[in-house]
Amino acid sequence: MIRQLKERFWVWGCCLIAASSTWSCTNGTERQYREGAQLYQTHCSNCHMEDGTGLEALYPPLAKADWLQQVDVGAACIIRNGMEDPIVVNGIRYEMPMPPQPQLSAVEITNILNYIHNAWGNKREQYISLPEVEAALQGCKPEE
Amino acid sequence: MRLIANCSIVLLLFTAVACQQTKGDSGLPIIGFKTLVERQVDGKTVVDSLDHTIPDFAFVDQDNSPITQETVKGKIYLADFFFTSCPTICPKVKKNMKKVYTKFKDRPDFLILSHSIDTKYDTVGRLAWYANKFDIESSTWHLLTGDKAALYDIAAEYYIAALESPDAPGGFDHSGLVALVDRQRRIRGLYDGTDPEKMKELEEDLALLFQTE
Repeated sequence: MIRQLKERFWVWGCCLIAASSTWSCTNGTERQYREGAQLYQTHCSNCHMEDGTGLEALYPPLAKADWLQQVDVGAACIIRNGMEDPIVVNGIRYEMPMPPQPQLSAVEITNILNYIHNAWGNKREQYISLPEVEAALQGCKPEE
Repeated sequence: MRLIANCSIVLLLFTAVACQQTKGDSGLPIIGFKTLVERQVDGKTVVDSLDHTIPDFAFVDQDNSPITQETVKGKIYLADFFFTSCPTICPKVKKNMKKVYTKFKDRPDFLILSHSIDTKYDTVGRLAWYANKFDIESSTWHLLTGDKAALYDIAAEYYIAALESPDAPGGFDHSGLVALVDRQRRIRGLYDGTDPEKMKELEEDLALLFQTE
């Protein structure tokens, strides 16, 4: 009886260790990407759509968008402060203003950036780091 | 005890009769509260129950053309409520509606009426800009503006919630429902425009309505 219990303990223990190690070994960037996906869902997908395709010439796409690649980390400022000026994305002019999202933290913006720069066929060479985003945000503080 | 049982049977019967939904040839329900109208036949009083229909209306579209009940006469149409600067559900609803539009736009007996609930900002000019950017034809898809009270009143007739609310994002609170309206101006379905699955249902029901009624 006791032996049986011991065996069980080992079996369960091993399972537990295996499970927890897989969990903790999940890539840090992968976790950030998932958080970014969730944040995108909440704060961006209404207009840019879940698949990043936007809507006609009203809301610009993020998927395979030349403009996003050009602004790169600078997109942090647009997410935080919004944007009024028209832009041309993949040859189409977009005039709808983008509302600011001042409630988003630098960490949250970093995760969103890493998501949009790597989702839907987008691929950025390196993950964007928090200091890079903080530096970008420093440079575009709205005037008091 | 017996009394209660009897009462509940009566109540149940009553509810069954009161809530009975009529259906047209397509099998699609006719949605809405019925109006009971009395009339005299050979000296006897007969009660008719009339289906809920969309009352007469008068708005203008993105071309500044008047759009009234005459515009939708004998046609099947979709109706929804939105505003062009809406930061929440509207773009998603519009994206899903555009798919339906693309499929049915060549039918001369099909229309879409999108009512703006932001009468201050969504002028005819602004709606024309939106229609152009959205790439839709004003022969099929009318973006409407007009008297504010009339717009909010007609939303209630479609059973679609729309209200001005300073607390809501963008200043307006409204539902993303899309109404399917038949040739007699009766509502035959209400679909969540944000849900692609529900909009698929709308597409099927619309096709069925075209075939059968």
